[in-house]
Amino acid sequence: MIDTYLIPLLKILFVLNATLVGVTYMVLLERKVIAWVQVRLGPMRVGPYGVLQPIADAVKLILKEDITPTRADKWVFTAAPIIVMVPALITFAVIPFGPVVNLFGRQVPLYITDVNVGLLYIVSVASIGVYGIILGGWASNSKFPLLASLRASAQLISYEVAVTMTLVSMIMTAGTLSMVKIVESQYNAHLWFIFVQPVAFVLFFIGGLAETNRAPFDMAEAEQELTGGFHTEYSGMRFALFFLAEYANMIVVSSVATTLFLGGWLRPFPNIAALSFLGIIPSWMWFLLKTFVFLYIFLWVRATLPRYRYDQLMRLGWKVLIPVAIANVVVTGIVMVLF
Amino acid sequence: MTTHTGQMFDTEELVINMGPQHPSTHGVLRVVLRLDGERVVSSDVVIGYLHRGIEKLSENRNWTQIILLTDRMDYVAAATNNVGYCETVEKLMQLEVPRRARYIRTAICELQRIASHCLWLGTHAMDIGAMTVFLYAFRERELILDLFEEYCGARLTYNSMRIGGLPLDIPVGWDKKVLEFCNIMSEKVDEYEELLTHNRIWLERTRGVGVISAEQAIAIGLSGPPLRGSGVARDVRKDEPYAAYDEMKFEVPIGTNGDTYDRYLVRLEEFRQSIKIIRQSIEGLPEGPIVGKVPRLIKPAVGETYHAIESPKGELGYFIVSDGKSTNPYRFRVRPPSFCNLQALPQLIKGHMVADVVALIGSIDVVLGEVDR
Repeated sequence: MIDTYLIPLLKILFVLNATLVGVTYMVLLERKVIAWVQVRLGPMRVGPYGVLQPIADAVKLILKEDITPTRADKWVFTAAPIIVMVPALITFAVIPFGPVVNLFGRQVPLYITDVNVGLLYIVSVASIGVYGIILGGWASNSKFPLLASLRASAQLISYEVAVTMTLVSMIMTAGTLSMVKIVESQYNAHLWFIFVQPVAFVLFFIGGLAETNRAPFDMAEAEQELTGGFHTEYSGMRFALFFLAEYANMIVVSSVATTLFLGGWLRPFPNIAALSFLGIIPSWMWFLLKTFVFLYIFLWVRATLPRYRYDQLMRLGWKVLIPVAIANVVVTGIVMVLF
Repeated sequence: MTTHTGQMFDTEELVINMGPQHPSTHGVLRVVLRLDGERVVSSDVVIGYLHRGIEKLSENRNWTQIILLTDRMDYVAAATNNVGYCETVEKLMQLEVPRRARYIRTAICELQRIASHCLWLGTHAMDIGAMTVFLYAFRERELILDLFEEYCGARLTYNSMRIGGLPLDIPVGWDKKVLEFCNIMSEKVDEYEELLTHNRIWLERTRGVGVISAEQAIAIGLSGPPLRGSGVARDVRKDEPYAAYDEMKFEVPIGTNGDTYDRYLVRLEEFRQSIKIIRQSIEGLPEGPIVGKVPRLIKPAVGETYHAIESPKGELGYFIVSDGKSTNPYRFRVRPPSFCNLQALPQLIKGHMVADVVALIGSIDVVLGEVDR
């Protein structure tokens, strides 16, 4: 009873809340990091060093008037933010934050569930999110959001292909689709997969930037051109859902990258006994640290690079990333057969 | 019914109204775009949202009061407007301006050019998505505004010139601060270049975008960096020197391809040339009076004159007619560089994508206060 219902439910509750808090603080972190890059201070007013800023933001967004444009398609307009937010949250179901640990005398795995097609689940659920962006832009019945949603659909289709091809080479290396087993196979291989598949890592990271609509591929929002893109007509909490989903997706991509390439919850060089003192830091902490590194790079890139143009992004996707990803799959196959 | 091969669907052009409230039209510019997909088929530029009638107003103000109105044209380079107007009246009245005043005017003009280019660089980079450059450029602009504040008390609309010279001599120690600023600025220009010049995305976004040939540029009447970006070495400071430019050593940077990237490079090089000019004018600052022999009542004789200076945006010209009877001009007309350069916009953006439209508006560097006056 406890093992089948109570513990999984508690875990879901915990992960969901932790994710939402993490997402709101991710927004603060972004503002802070970019401010530091730009020789500013960032939010400083709410709480010491602005640490309570997310709460103030949430209160503000909830209290704001929620406007639905009169000519918008009401049902789709309402559904779109939900379609974006929900997939971003439910992907966390298969992310392994740590191995099975002993908690209050009970063997508790630090992941909600271990599906044997975990990676496939993530890929398929994550690609539902783009419908929300397309529908949101279309249902607004406004020209700038429409252009943005066209951009988003073109962009996400081309990047989905490249990222999935990259994942194929990772599946070949790991020999499994289960997220937990992928980490375990890195333990058995005595190597993080970033050293086995460096090309795949770079491709995955670029694809991840494009899939989460982050700079320099944030064409769908491009406030300078499309005045905010697909969420131009959204206000209040509905806008916040789009906003939070973007950050949740960033965390998803970072967690997946950590699991696939940086050995998930494993400490550096997990098989070298001499470094066992690193085990003082618990496994879930290693996972969070590695994820944080990725998130930081996301912010850093945003603060540094200009934005690609839509056609240049498509060219990069179809003419560079996809061919390289396919070549990577072929090379991986040849190496696996020969050695 | 006839069917056309290759045209299966009814296609319609999407008309998009960009501005006057839009984050990247640099004020209240309105561009009506007709789009095929994201490509611009044609466009209409609508101006006039900031029209205050400065030229007509000037005909009802006395000659000194007009200086204050010129501040409100190109408000990111107000001192340059002051210099242009004062020199036109001096030319009309054949006044001699003391050498010290001309040197200080040169230094102020060039400081203003750097400030204006900082604002241009920041917003242009921001339009293309590089937002950090924006804050870096504004950080340096702030230093210049501090210098101006110390000189004349104002930070945006300076009213810093008088007919026949200057209202004030420079404060004690100001020259040292300007030289110090020159040292800081020459380092910071390298910093901007590091972020943008060799950045792959920046190159892809600006190279070959909005190409305009030298012939076309001259035909449209472009001036300033957009003209020089196309390879025409026309600079009023060199060709018809005013203030103390005839005594300064500097080069006029020109581009080769006439695209957005070349216009960017030209302006960045102008930063360096401006620093050079400021150093020369401050280091070689002569002693002497700051105001020439100006009659108590300014009342030019009957006549008309046109005088142009090189504002940060291009050739800023004033055409003034005096009837010799009243204490205000009979006719007052400005040749604003932003307005003339804006003529090129429809031609530049044709066939480019929406993202390039904002890049090109930034690239020709318009200030709507000057376009509409």
